[in-house]
Amino acid sequence: MQKRKAVPEGWLLGRWCRFLKHGDHPWQGLILLMSALTLMLMLAIGWMLWSESSGARLEFGWGFLSTAAKPSWDPVNDEFQAWPFVYGTLLTSLVAILLALPISVGIAVFLAELCPPWLLTPLNWLMELLAAIPSVVNGLWGVFVFLPLVVAPVGIFLGETLGKMPLIGGLFLGPIPASGASRLAAGMVLAIMIIPTIAAVTRDVFLAIPDSQREASLALGATKWETIWQVQIPYGLSGILGAVILGLGRALGETMAVTMVIGNNSGGGLSLLRPGYTMASIIANEFAEAVTKLHSQALIEIGFVLFIMTLLLNTIARLLVWRVARRTPHETRA
Amino acid sequence: MSQFSFLLERGHTSRWQFRKIVNSLMLSLTGLQTLLALIPLFWIVGYVILRGGKSINLDFFINNPKPLGEAGGGVLSAIEGTLIVTLLAALFAIPPGVLAAFYAARHPNTPLGVALRFSTDVLSGVPSIVIGLFGYALIVKPQGHYSALAGGISLAIIMLPIIIRTTEEMLKLVPPTLREGSLALGAPEWKTSLSVLFPAALNGIITGFLLGIARAAGETAPLLFTALGNERFDLRMIVCSGLKSHQNIFQIVGRLLEQPIDSLPLTLWQYAQQPYPERVEQSWAVALVLMILVLVINIFTRLCIEARARRLRG
Repeated sequence: MQKRKAVPEGWLLGRWCRFLKHGDHPWQGLILLMSALTLMLMLAIGWMLWSESSGARLEFGWGFLSTAAKPSWDPVNDEFQAWPFVYGTLLTSLVAILLALPISVGIAVFLAELCPPWLLTPLNWLMELLAAIPSVVNGLWGVFVFLPLVVAPVGIFLGETLGKMPLIGGLFLGPIPASGASRLAAGMVLAIMIIPTIAAVTRDVFLAIPDSQREASLALGATKWETIWQVQIPYGLSGILGAVILGLGRALGETMAVTMVIGNNSGGGLSLLRPGYTMASIIANEFAEAVTKLHSQALIEIGFVLFIMTLLLNTIARLLVWRVARRTPHETRA
Repeated sequence: MSQFSFLLERGHTSRWQFRKIVNSLMLSLTGLQTLLALIPLFWIVGYVILRGGKSINLDFFINNPKPLGEAGGGVLSAIEGTLIVTLLAALFAIPPGVLAAFYAARHPNTPLGVALRFSTDVLSGVPSIVIGLFGYALIVKPQGHYSALAGGISLAIIMLPIIIRTTEEMLKLVPPTLREGSLALGAPEWKTSLSVLFPAALNGIITGFLLGIARAAGETAPLLFTALGNERFDLRMIVCSGLKSHQNIFQIVGRLLEQPIDSLPLTLWQYAQQPYPERVEQSWAVALVLMILVLVINIFTRLCIEARARRLRG
């Protein structure tokens, strides 16, 4: 008591410091604020796209996305229907997943189960490098090298075989343009780009599977492959599904490479072998030169739909991957 | 009976042989698939090096683009632009990212902590073109003109989740005894975080920054409607004229940031679409520079992480 009266300033400072917990309250507040800002960023993106596209939403309503006949995209007459672009996005992503999934699972099995340790680090690196190549470089290589050398011959072959079949012929209606620029090209380039993502997540899923599962199966006399195919893949199935959805999300939103190889032409009908648009590529192509206000609003609305699609897919994927990771320790204990 | 058991035995061995064949077949198939996936990597890298190497020279780095149709010229404006926009993005993304990572590492199980990790995961999956639209709506539209500032902020949103994630992982790797020791000595939480945890994790955190920068440097889509591209961007001229008219540094930086700006990926995209062969050749050279930039940063950071992991283990 005596001391405090002797130095009142120090006493006040002490009170103040204790009130702030020696700086901990401001610090907690600061890191809390930054976390909250990061959270708000998601909401802000959604809200911004929603409010900026209000005019287009009022004008077209749900018809904007309807699959009904004669979809038109006519900036001059302010007629906008987005279904062809949604279709292009879904089709190219589906092709990419179908091509990438078997290869990625194979890679994941190799990396997690078979690879000799000295090869593991270089291979993991190379996979990460493949993921790190800028999308626009992929696109450039796609346009000038991959399309004429690989996609065009494959497209001609598909058009001549599957294109002649009764039910699915419409999907493979040729001829593919000489340059190879088509939805098929976009799907194949996308597959190259999402393989590292799917492979890496699937590898982690395999690594998270407890050894007891492997050992039990091997002890029953199963071969290594049977263990992988009948025990590990079913065990990690939801995780693998998560990886696929994650890859799908990546494929839906990929812009530059797709814009460069898809041909950017809305007259392609349903065929895989014809040029088309995806949602991302129409935005990349037209937004900077949008003619009217409604035009740019329609493009922002496409962006909003894309945002919601990837948001949903990513949420589902993360939940699935988390579930495998969370389930595993309990089962090892038991 | 002995006959039957003989048959059974034979059937069993052939079945077993079949299973063994399937086993080795499928296992070697996984190896082949790994090779197959690596073909595009080597193909892309090799082709870009060969073709880009042909048209790369000193001119390419020190000159601004020549008018269309003329040979020669360089992409100095794009190199400067990439540096400026990426640095700007790092400035915007790193401080909030690191602070948010402190929160995520300190309170992993609070609702906000879980929500934060979840939203960084989701944010890293938002298409870059959507982020470009957001940057346009947030900054370009109210301001009324395209600008380097808008480009920097858009790229910062791309970098943010990468920085939060890696910083959080690295902070978690710091042994808890360090933190407890500091707290036991009476240091408050903030001082423990900043002068004990942060330096201990700094190497790893910097690799996270570099990964984020490499990712942002290669992005095109967020810049399409924010930085737009500007072949006549001239850093030297802006700085010199600014100095001549006695502007202070803030005014000069302000002038740099308020106009549209070029970047390497944007230049690549624009050149690749042009019908002039010399521009296409230059776009390969740009691809080479961009790829080297991104791959070198990636390889370097992997080496650092590898070395660090080995040190922590051993």
